[in-house]
Amino acid sequence: MSVLISHQPRRGPRSILPWLAAPALVVFVGFAVIPLVGVFALSFTTWDGIGGIHPSGLTSWRAVLTDPGLPHALGVTFLVMAVSWAVQTPLSILLGTFMAGRQRYRAVLGVVYFVPLMLSSAAIALAYKALLDPNFGLGAGLKIQVLSQDWLGRPGLAFAVVVFVVSWQFIPFHSLIYQGGVQQIPKSLYEAAQLDGAGRIRQFFSITLPQLKYTIITSSTLMVVGSLTFFDLIFILTEGGPGDATRVLALDMYKRGFQASLMGPASAIAVILVLVGLALALLLRRLGGRDAGASQLEGA
Amino acid sequence: MTDTLTESRRPRQAGRRERQEPSRPAARRRNWAGGLAGWLWLAVVAVPLYWTLITSFKAQNRYYAGNPLVPTADPTLDNYRLVIESDFLRYFVNSVVVTAGAVVPAVLFSFMAAYAIVRGWRMRTLRAMNGLFLMGLAIPLQATVIPVYLIIIKLQLYDSLPALILPSIAFAIPLSVLVLSNFIRDVPKELFDSMRVDGATEWTTLWRLAAPLTRPAILTVSIFNALTIWNGFLLPLILTQSPDRRTLPLALWTFQGQYGVNVPAVVAAVVLTTLPVLVLYAFGRRQLLSGLTAGFSR
Repeated sequence: MSVLISHQPRRGPRSILPWLAAPALVVFVGFAVIPLVGVFALSFTTWDGIGGIHPSGLTSWRAVLTDPGLPHALGVTFLVMAVSWAVQTPLSILLGTFMAGRQRYRAVLGVVYFVPLMLSSAAIALAYKALLDPNFGLGAGLKIQVLSQDWLGRPGLAFAVVVFVVSWQFIPFHSLIYQGGVQQIPKSLYEAAQLDGAGRIRQFFSITLPQLKYTIITSSTLMVVGSLTFFDLIFILTEGGPGDATRVLALDMYKRGFQASLMGPASAIAVILVLVGLALALLLRRLGGRDAGASQLEGA
Repeated sequence: MTDTLTESRRPRQAGRRERQEPSRPAARRRNWAGGLAGWLWLAVVAVPLYWTLITSFKAQNRYYAGNPLVPTADPTLDNYRLVIESDFLRYFVNSVVVTAGAVVPAVLFSFMAAYAIVRGWRMRTLRAMNGLFLMGLAIPLQATVIPVYLIIIKLQLYDSLPALILPSIAFAIPLSVLVLSNFIRDVPKELFDSMRVDGATEWTTLWRLAAPLTRPAILTVSIFNALTIWNGFLLPLILTQSPDRRTLPLALWTFQGQYGVNVPAVVAAVVLTTLPVLVLYAFGRRQLLSGLTAGFSR
C-alpha cells in the first residue's frame, strides 16, 4: 500500500494536485454539501421563505411526524418506486437484449426508441396531459370509450398514468444500459450452452440473466434512487393529485415549502428524502456485493 | 460499449439463408419475445410523438373535429406563431446561456479534479474529496433545494440566470468526476512517466496528455450535463420569478397555464422547445446516446 514504488512520481507537500481539485470542491461544497447540512439545520427552524429564520427546536419535526400526510407520501413514493421498477426492469431487459442483436432494422427502431430520452420531463408531462384529456384528448377524438376516461382525475388511474409516463421516459435509458451489458457477455458462453443442447429460453435464464447481474444492480440503483426525484413529471401531470393520490415525497417537500411557505417542515421532509436515498443506495450496494460497488465507483 | 450498435461486428449475411438451426450462434436466432416487445414498444413510443407532431399543425377550431390520428388537410403555422410571439426566443436564449454557462465550468472543474484524484490517489485529501463527490451520487440533490434557495437569496442572485448556473454546476460535478476519472485512469502510466521525464509539470501534463487522450469522454460528459441542465425544471421554478428569466421547460409550463384549452398551441410549444435537442439528436445520435449512459455501462 504505502510501499514506495520507484516509478511513482514524487509528490511533496507542494504538489499542485490538490489545487487542481479546488474549484470543483469549492462549488460542490458551496452548493451541495453546505445545503445538505443546511437542510438538516433548517428543519429545526421556522421560516416562511421570505422573512427571518427562527430556531424552533423540534416543532417542525413534530408537525411532520404527526401529520398523516407523511406516511401517505412515503407510501406513494415507495409504491411509485416499486411499481415503476417492476414495470421497467423486465421490459428494459427484454428490449436491451432485443437491441443487442445485430440486425440492421433493430438499429433503426433504436432511433425512435431513444427520442423520449432527449425530451424534458416538462415537455413529456405536458404532451401527455393534452393527450389524455378526457374531453379533447386522443381517446375522446377517436371516440373510444375505454380511452376517454378521466385519466388524471381518478386516484388509481392517475397513479397508473404516472407509472406509465415514467416508464415511457426511462425505459429507453435502461434498455440502453442492458444493451451494453448483453453485448459484453462472451459469445463462447452461448456456444458452449448450445453444444450442451440448451434452448433459446434456457440460455436466456441460465446465461444472459446471471451475466447481467451487475447491470441489473446498476440499473436498479439508478431507477430506485432516481424515482425519489420524479418531481417535474408528477408536478406537471397531476400536481400530486387527485387529492394527494400521487403526492410523492419530493412533491410534498415542494408544496409545504414553496406553496405553503412552511420551510421548516419542508426541510424535515427533505432530510427524510436524503435518508431514504442513502439507505436505498447502501442496501442496493450490499445486495450487489462489494465487488460491484468497488468496480463501479472506483473504476478499478 | 454502446457504440456496438454500429456495423463493426455485423453478422455474416449467410446466417440468414441457412435453415439448420444448430449451426447458428444463439445470439442470431429469432428472439420472439424480444421481437414482439420491440415492435410493441415502437408503437408505444411513436404514437404519442406522432400525435403531438400532427396536432401542432392543426387549427384550433378544426382540432376537435376529425380523427386525431390523421394529419390535417390544411396545416397551419398559427400555433407556432403564437408560441414564438409569446417570447419563446428569449426563453431559448436563457436556456442557452444557462446551459453553456454551467456545462463549461462544470466539465472543466470536474476534469481538473478527476485528474488530481487519479494522479494523487496516494494523498489522503484527494481520496477524501473523491469520497465526498461519490456521496453526491447517492443523495437526491433535489432535497437540498431549500438551502440552495436561501443561499441564492443571500448572494442576492435570486431571479437571475447565475442563480440557475451555480447550483447546476455543483449538481453536475459528482457524475462528471466519476466518469472522467474512470477514463483518465485508463491512460497508460508510461505516458505520464515519460511526460515527467521530459520535465513537464502536472499542469502541462493535464492539458497536453490527459485532455487529448480523454477527449471522447469529455465530450460525452458535456453532452450528458447539457441535456440534464437544458431540460431542468425545478431550479428555474424555485430560483426565478420574472417572466424574462424563464428557461424553456418553465416557459412551457407557464404557457400551458395560459393557453391550456388551446391544445394545438400547447403541443406546438412542446415541439418547438424540443426541436433544438432533436436536431442535435439527428446529427450526433451516437455521441448523445453514449453520453447518456456514460459511466453506467462500463
